[in-house]
Amino acid sequence: MTVATVDFISTDLARGRGGGGPAPTRIVVAYGFWIFLLSDFVLFSGLFAAYAVLSGNTAGGPTGSELFNLRNVFIETMCLLFSSYTCGLGALSAERRQPGRFLGFNVLTLVLGAAFLIIESTEFAAMVAKGAGPSRSAFLSGFFTLVGTHGVHVTGGLLFLVYMMAQVVAKGLRPHVLRRLLCFSLFWHALDIVWVGVFTLVYLMGAR
Amino acid sequence: MADVRLLHDRTPGVEEQEPTANYLSYTAGLVLAILLTITSFVVAQTNLLWPPGIPVGLMVLAFAQIGVHLVFFLHLGSGPDHTNNLLALAFGMLAVFLVIAGSIWIIANLNWNMMEMPR
Repeated sequence: MTVATVDFISTDLARGRGGGGPAPTRIVVAYGFWIFLLSDFVLFSGLFAAYAVLSGNTAGGPTGSELFNLRNVFIETMCLLFSSYTCGLGALSAERRQPGRFLGFNVLTLVLGAAFLIIESTEFAAMVAKGAGPSRSAFLSGFFTLVGTHGVHVTGGLLFLVYMMAQVVAKGLRPHVLRRLLCFSLFWHALDIVWVGVFTLVYLMGAR
Repeated sequence: MADVRLLHDRTPGVEEQEPTANYLSYTAGLVLAILLTITSFVVAQTNLLWPPGIPVGLMVLAFAQIGVHLVFFLHLGSGPDHTNNLLALAFGMLAVFLVIAGSIWIIANLNWNMMEMPR
């Protein structure tokens, strides 16, 4: 009996499958935050569905191909992609306890994220000025709701990042600060995943 | 037996940092994502693909890029620490698929059965 038990423990050390005892806090925290992010994806799926259903109903107003400037969308995409990259390098620097490099990389993340928001809000303002605001047609209501919600998430992510950089400066790279940084990285990368859906469904398919 | 338990038991809060990634993996992810993005934009604006197949092509490219993001940026892997994350992702994708595909299906059907409205 004893032998069998020992055998069971030593051969089934894989965590996450019930063996080897409870998982470390870092894994549990990331799992909880991942569940939140998936619920956020479900929220976006509702907005994607609404946009997909309404995108043909332009009510005689401007269509996507008349409004969208794919050059700007490509620049926005690159801003988000490179900000994801610098965010990842920042997370790596934090893991290696290099606060200086962490701050350097994340200043870049901040600048790229802000550039994305500036391009997006300029585009929104130009559309509203042209009379293509959210109240013009069902297509534009769906467009502004979906893309605007993503923009609000990016704004929230930038505030999250400023808050995390302040924590690293004030408290240093302590374990609980590192866990919050892990959550921020997951959030920022998840926003980039949503953007892949936005530029494919809204801009590339809508501009045709 | 007691020794074995002491050796392998963990308590929540025990921090143990395994190197999950390095600069190379982030750079590989960035290069792949840029290539897929450029391909998407080129496919959408030219007729390199058979035109009626372009939306399907764009969807495939988007799914490929989401996969690249999940593996290289979010570090979703097949290790034991990721079992729960992957199961949650599978359920999340099911919910996303049901909401999007279900809405499009139901509304398209309603449109089809709609009476012609007097203008």
